[in-house]
Formats: sequence, C-alpha cells, structure tokens
Amino acid sequence: MWFTQKKKEKFMHFAFFLVAAASVAALFMITLFLFLEGIPIFEKVGFTEFLFGNYWYPTSEPADFGIFPLIIGSLAITIISALISIPLGVMSAIYLAEIASARLREIVKPIIELMASLPSVVIGFFGMVVVAPILQDTFDIATGLNIFNASLMLAFMSVPTICSLSEDAVYNVPVNLKEASLALGATQLETIFKVTLPASISGISTAVILGMSRAIGETMVVLMVAGGAAMVPESIFDPARPLPACIAAEMGEAPYHGDHYYALFAIGIVLFVFTFIFNFVADYISHKYKQTGDATL
Amino acid sequence: MDKKLKIRSKNLNFYYSQFKALHDISLDFYENQATALIGPSGCGKSTFLRCLNRMNDLITGIRVEGSILIDGKNIYDPSIDVVSLRGRVGMVFQKPNPFPKTIFENVAYGLKIKGIKDKNLIAEYVEKSLRAGALWDEVKDRLNNTALGLSGGQQQRLCIARALAVNPDVLLMDEPCSALDPIATQKIEELIHDLKKSYTIIIVTHNMQQAARTSDITAFFYMGKLIEAGKTDTIFTNPALKTTEDYITGRFG
Ligand SMILES: Nc1ncnc2c1ncn2[C@@H]1O[C@H](COP(=O)(O)OP(=O)(O)OP(=O)(O)O)[C@@H](O)[C@H]1O
Ligand SMILES: [Mg+2]
Repeated sequence: MWFTQKKKEKFMHFAFFLVAAASVAALFMITLFLFLEGIPIFEKVGFTEFLFGNYWYPTSEPADFGIFPLIIGSLAITIISALISIPLGVMSAIYLAEIASARLREIVKPIIELMASLPSVVIGFFGMVVVAPILQDTFDIATGLNIFNASLMLAFMSVPTICSLSEDAVYNVPVNLKEASLALGATQLETIFKVTLPASISGISTAVILGMSRAIGETMVVLMVAGGAAMVPESIFDPARPLPACIAAEMGEAPYHGDHYYALFAIGIVLFVFTFIFNFVADYISHKYKQTGDATL
Repeated sequence: MDKKLKIRSKNLNFYYSQFKALHDISLDFYENQATALIGPSGCGKSTFLRCLNRMNDLITGIRVEGSILIDGKNIYDPSIDVVSLRGRVGMVFQKPNPFPKTIFENVAYGLKIKGIKDKNLIAEYVEKSLRAGALWDEVKDRLNNTALGLSGGQQQRLCIARALAVNPDVLLMDEPCSALDPIATQKIEELIHDLKKSYTIIIVTHNMQQAARTSDITAFFYMGKLIEAGKTDTIFTNPALKTTEDYITGRFG
C-alpha cells in the first residue's frame, strides 16, 4: 500500500516539475527570440548610433534608425507620471489610514481598489476624448495628445495600486508606536511624518514599485495619448513616441526580417533592459528598507 | 499628609461607547510619591491611567464625566492643550515600544519634538536621560545601533529614559515589568525608587510584592470602582475591607 502511495507522490512531484519547467522554458524562449530577432539590426547600424541617433525614419530611403527620441519620450513620461502618482498615492493613503474617519475609509478604499481594475484602453480613451481637448484649450497648445497627457493617464493607472497598498502599510503600523510618539507630546502630524511613515517605508516602497510597474511597460495608453511624434521633446506639452507605442504602431507594417523589423525587436531589447533594471533597483530598494521586525521581546 | 497635591481625580466616570468602565473614581496623587494601582484584570486600571494623559482620546466613542485636576487645572477642560499635557505627563507602556530607530534617536525624539535644535544640548540631554534610566553604561558604546537590538528589559528602560527626556512632572507606568525577568524587574524597581525624588509616579501592577516594594500609596480597583486607597503599609497589613484583603492575599475567586 505505501509503495503505491510513494509512487503517486513521485508522480505528482514530477508533474509539478514539468509545469514549472515549461513556464521557465517558455520565458527563456521568448527572451532568446527577442535577442535573435533584434541583434541583426546592429550589422546595419552601430550600437551607439542606434541608441543615441536623433532620427527615427524607418521607412524612408535611406532609413534612419536612431531611437534616442523614443527613449527620451519613454523616460520623460515615466518620470513625470511618477512625480504625479507617488505623492498623490502616498498622500491619499496617509489621509485614508490616519486622518479620515473609519466610515469614510470603508467607503473610499474599495472604490480606489476598483479603479485599479480599469482597462488601460478605457483610460487611453478617456485621455483622448476628455483630457486632450481640455489641455488644448487651457494651455493653448497645438495638440492635447502629448507627454503631459500620457503621464497623467499613466499616473491615473498607478495611483490606485500605490494608494491601496501604501494605505495597508500605513494602517498596519503598530498602534503602540503611534501611542509612544503621542505620549511624548508629539502632534498627530509629527507622529505621522516621524514615526508612522518611516515605520511603513518598506511597504510604501513596495506599493510604489508595484504601482509603477503597471505603468512602465504600458503600451495602449501611450499609444493612444502620447501623440506619436518621434522627436526629442522640448517641453512637457510636446508629443512623444515612447518605445512600446512605437513597436505596437509599426510592427504590423514592418516587412518580415527586414531592417525595420529587426530594429523594432532591438527596441524590444532596450525596453526589456529598462524594465529589468527597474525591477532590479526596485527589489534592492524594497529589501533595503525591510523593517527588521516589530519591537517585541 | 505633608506632601503637595499633584493630581486630583474627582467623580470620574468613563465610558467605552455604552460600556461604563470607571465608576465615580475620586483619588488624589501627591508629588514625589509613587502610587500603585492594583486590582484584577479588566477592573479598569489601564483605563484610569490612560485618562490621566488623555491617551483614551484616541479611541472612538469614549465619554468622560467628572474631572481630573493636575496642578489645579481640569485636563478635560476644552481649553486645555492635549499635546502639551502629554509633554508634562509621561507614559511608559506595558509592552516596550521603542521606535525602530537608533538608541540615540529614540531618546532624542521627544527633545526634537520640543523644538530643541542644538546638537550638543540634545546629546547632553540624551546622556542625562539614559543615566536616569539606568541604561547609560550598557549602551554608551552603541548609541547608533538600532534600539530593536536591545533586550526586553533594556528596551523598557530605554522607553523610561525616552519618557524622562522630555522632563515631565508625572510618570505613568502601565505594568512596566510584566514582560521582564526578575533581574530586569529589580533594576526598574530601583529606578522607580530613585525617580520618586523628582517625579510623581503612578504605576499599575499585578505583582503585589512590587506594589509593596515600590509604592507609598496603594489604590485597589475592582470592577471599575475604587474600593480602597491608602498608605501601602496599611493596605497590605491591615486593609479596611474584606475584598481588598482577599485580593491581596490571593484568595480571589
Ligand atoms: N478600547 C476598548 N473598547 C471597549 N472596551 C474596552 C477597551 N479597552 C478596555 N475595555 C474594557 O474596559 C474594562 C477595563 O479595561 P482595562 O484595560 O482598563 O483593564 P485593566 O484593569 O487594565 O486590566 P489588565 O490588568 O488586564 O490590564 C475591561 O472590561 C475592558 O474589556
Ligand atoms: Mg491594563
């Protein structure tokens, strides 16, 4: 009897191993494929020329494959959206966890969490139809589809995650720490900024990372609202053509195994390296701030 | 009694929403004396203690009737500044609760809150407070290490030093030794003995010997009521009421 039991166990182990191996293998194949299809472009265009070239004219004769404007567009949108979403998300989290009444918190929190599930195409649509005309009118600019609009929409995607997870982190700071601070004659605000926030910084940084990672590779929104111009932007109201938007827009018309096709895959490699670095740094930060246990005995 | 009156609780009633946790408590506390609050679990000792620095304000739905006068002023008067009240009435909690910061920062916290900016002055006060908390010799070489690395007893003395740093008049202690071993407990009891010279001390304890050793006055609480209060010697050797005697001698149902 125990023999068959053991066999069953062994079989299950093997089955799980196969499933795990299959997903790892698939991911590896995708990465390999990405590099195999991207690298040939560097026979035509030098590595630095590709990264720092100012002109992206993939279909003209002769073609230019410089993705510097695309990189700058991506970076600008990511950074500006972070500048909007991090303070907004964290501050609303503090408000909900520490200042708002319990009833308000119970009502608002689920609504914010619901916002996290808005499909990106809906957000893109909103940016196109509602935000763009407003921007165009208020700032008197040529087009409302620009870096600022895209950053705003991406921030819109990250804020719910940042807010909701940060709120959990802040809310879970042990009451006895807050009491210790208040008992020393600190005000509520001093307690929030000097005790509660530092004690929840690990959770907040994780929240920021998860929130931003939703925005960082986002394609649909930037494709719809960034404006699409492959120029190095000079102001936040200039249109831009971020890396993922470029791939999505052009892959359909690029001839198979042509230079354009290879170049788009090379853009994929750059994007891959960017997200890889982001995740690496993010991981480092969230480990660095990991709190070493509650103040127990 | 020739001592100076510091705190007077007058007909204090306390409610957690519908639940009445304290019934008509009238009790005086004197300067440079330690008063022990004893009584079975759930009788309202902590609730009463937390009324004295308005820590209960943090709980929603509470209600207070009657008054508590500190230096003759009712701390439940709407005009009172709760933040500065808490600066004058320090508190040490049952479970040591150091901030997840360095030892130095823990003690310096209250000083910075008070607006002291001079680095030398802060360092001086930190040393003074840690000495007063009987912890200086053990930590003087690792002030910049995290406070969470200290033992439980050291953490509790750090919390005492931290409370002393802001220079309060009154020190409230809620079972400060309940999580500590006998040696750490003894250290803290000696400390209380010294601190009495400069502070008004109110200590909640479940340990009868501790109450007898550390306090001048003992107040016995039972089911939210103050049953008996008086000189510690008298309460322990010759209590007026049967309930008190039963509790003290451990013959309690
Ligand atoms: N936050 C609260 N909300 C509602 N009821 C509470 C709250 N805190 C305490 N109580 C109730 O008030 C009563 C007195 O509690 P308190 O904590 O003051 O007792 P205690 O004498 O300190 O007990 P212990 O010795 O176990 O610490 C108890 O019946 C308790 O259940
Ligand atoms: Mg208690």
